[in-house]
Amino acid sequence: MIQTYLNKKSDTVTLAFFRLAFGLMMLFSIIRFSAYGWIDKMYIQPKFHFTYYGFEWVKPLGNFTYILFFICGLAALFIAIGYRYKLAITVFFLSFTYIELMDKTTYLNHYYFISVVSFILIFLPANANYSVDALQKEKIKRLQIPTWNIDVLKVMLTIVYFYAGLAKLNSDWLLEAMPLKIWLPNQSNTPIIGNWFHKEWVQYAFSWFGALYDLIIPFLLWNKKTRNIAFVFVVIFHVLTKILFPIGVFPYVMIISTLIFFSAGFHKRIMNFIFAPFKSKLTVFETPNTLIETMKPPKYNLKMCFLALFMAFQLVFPFRYWLYPDELFWTEEGFRFSWRVMLMEKAGYAQFYVTDAKTKQRKAIDTTRFLTPFQEKQMAFQPDFILEYAHFLHDYYEKTGVNDPIVTVDSYVALNGRLSQRYLDPNIDLAKEYESFQHKTWILPFNDVIKGF
Amino acid sequence: MKNIILGCFSLLFLIACSSDSSSNEINNDNFNRTELLTNWADNIIIPRYENYQAKVVLLHSKVSTFVSTPDQTNLDEVRIAWLEAYKAYQYVGMFSIGKAELINLNSTVNIYPTNQAGIQTNITNGGYNFALLSQYDKQGLPAIDYMINGLANTDAEIIAFYETNTDATKYKQYLSDLTNQLKVNIDAVVTDWNGTYRNTFISSNGNSVSSSTNKMVNSFIKYYEKDIRLGKVGYPCGAFVNDGNKYPEIVEAYFKNDVSKLLLEESIKASQDFFNGKYFNATTEGSSLKSYLDYLNAKRDGQNLSAIINNQFQTILTVNNPIDNSYSNQINSNNVKMVELYDALQLNIVYLKLDMMQALNITVDYVDNDGD
Repeated sequence: MIQTYLNKKSDTVTLAFFRLAFGLMMLFSIIRFSAYGWIDKMYIQPKFHFTYYGFEWVKPLGNFTYILFFICGLAALFIAIGYRYKLAITVFFLSFTYIELMDKTTYLNHYYFISVVSFILIFLPANANYSVDALQKEKIKRLQIPTWNIDVLKVMLTIVYFYAGLAKLNSDWLLEAMPLKIWLPNQSNTPIIGNWFHKEWVQYAFSWFGALYDLIIPFLLWNKKTRNIAFVFVVIFHVLTKILFPIGVFPYVMIISTLIFFSAGFHKRIMNFIFAPFKSKLTVFETPNTLIETMKPPKYNLKMCFLALFMAFQLVFPFRYWLYPDELFWTEEGFRFSWRVMLMEKAGYAQFYVTDAKTKQRKAIDTTRFLTPFQEKQMAFQPDFILEYAHFLHDYYEKTGVNDPIVTVDSYVALNGRLSQRYLDPNIDLAKEYESFQHKTWILPFNDVIKGF
Repeated sequence: MKNIILGCFSLLFLIACSSDSSSNEINNDNFNRTELLTNWADNIIIPRYENYQAKVVLLHSKVSTFVSTPDQTNLDEVRIAWLEAYKAYQYVGMFSIGKAELINLNSTVNIYPTNQAGIQTNITNGGYNFALLSQYDKQGLPAIDYMINGLANTDAEIIAFYETNTDATKYKQYLSDLTNQLKVNIDAVVTDWNGTYRNTFISSNGNSVSSSTNKMVNSFIKYYEKDIRLGKVGYPCGAFVNDGNKYPEIVEAYFKNDVSKLLLEESIKASQDFFNGKYFNATTEGSSLKSYLDYLNAKRDGQNLSAIINNQFQTILTVNNPIDNSYSNQINSNNVKMVELYDALQLNIVYLKLDMMQALNITVDYVDNDGD
């Protein structure tokens, strides 16, 4: 049965469509990011950057950061037109991922999604047709490719939605309508529907619908019968999130990505529409290449095995939080890279102190001196940020002559409508604690239970 | 089919063109911020400023009388008027917005400990310009405190500075200049509010970073955090620096000395009244941070957040109550009470700065990044 599946073929046009759409969307995203001046704001201006554990060496490159973005954008363009595709997608994956690793303040699940998809695309023959590559090299042109090349992307999208849905199956989301109970009233000026956001049943309806949507939408998209109506829901859902929350381009990225679930015929019509001005060339893409079609598929498909392993990893990785004690939302140990999207309302307050080990003189630190307001906001409720910043303070004040600086923090965090409570042990010298995958014992207990995933 | 394709491309077009920038005036919730700002301006800010202005004018005239006839009666009158002005000031310090922000009203009125040596130099040399940053700690109510309470140990000796001292004219001049500067500054602020600024303030009714609501809330919290918590209690009792030292000589109104507790009490009442939108000198409550929180149904642990914050203000007053009228005395005799007071003040910062800001969805930063 597996063998039959592996031999199953689909039209290359689907993958070509996805490549074109993905390339263009990424190009626009990069242009948008630059046009808003965010490269300067996020990567040039800050004096300090929060790094990922194990990737401390990934830092912004000063003014070369602009060149990095340019390379990333150029790669996206090459992906779109399918020119030197393998190189372009590899460069895109590396440069985009590098950008995301530069400062975890800007972490978004969606950026991780882009990294994962571009990584998968490295191994797929997305330039096999409707590309400059196919036009130039007869050898790589194909009308059909094994179906798994397309399915792997569908599976990835399914994981994103389904896991986002699973994450919502918790008592805060379902029984308390948190955090939508906080967020919706803040948006009551939304045209037409805004007045309803104060009603409790609306807050519950949004919560339950959101969870249900995430859980079942990928399966409705797989199924030919329900696909059209499912897509209508995709559009409604994402346009709504776009209106309500500041989530940038990603609603559109998701809407367009889900088009991959449609049939090859649909994608072909889109391509015909796009390539209408180049009618003469179109026939080239649609003429079978007899030479290639007779080639036998390799016996052991290394690429496929590798991708299968990668998908297995994707299935397991989001559950790593089970290895940690206490509440995931509280400690955030295993929170990132797990499709936990728009899941909680959390904010913090952190007052740092640096004490001279010899003279016992204590300084209260004005955090605005070292961090941007955005960094400060993100830092205040995430333990790994607080720890990294504490080490920065230790090193900084040691240089200014403080003896063996002891760094402590008075921190409070408010989560999903609970009153703020003390977050970290105020007596712990954070300069003597180190980042690791171990549980951080200096996070104070949550003193409440959130049941569910 | 063509429609879908067209739709896709218009979406793509939207990606490129959509503006997520929130730098313009945007209202996200339906709370009537115009009503809020109007209540703040008409029933709280302007009446409080005018009250302080009246007290400064009175102080100004009492000082005039004193410098023309320096005697015990007139000195006592100046002291009473000075304390009244100081109390009235506690109600306006939190409004660092508009003209007050522009002329640094807080720094010109209430920087303490005052710079005694600097004041003596000013008196001797003359030629000072109070508008300069370097002169902030040589003017305002703390400087007047020094001039009327701190020059010597006995009243007779103090009066002598203005009567028989060889530099008596210069002392008179300095005291007059100090009160005059207070008047110039508050006059400028009141004139601005009664002129165009009131409407400017009210019409900026969005919830962007530069909107009046945001700026006012940020100013209110910053004042509570820096001027009330740290200035009045945290620094003097050493709780903030925590190096084992105490600083009883840096309390507010140090030379008068027995009013530091009273001034804190006034400032807490002023903060609570502002939070509750209470009209100045009346019991009516208008649109406020409290009603805003209640409108958003902000509950924490099943209790209204506004009630939690009000309870904490009450707790602060209760903790403050048994403390010595002079914080200096309290710090020297039993500093534990002062640290308790500091902790009570600190807790409300967390409620205001974290829980309230979160509920009001008030932007604290200028970065309008994507979220997820």
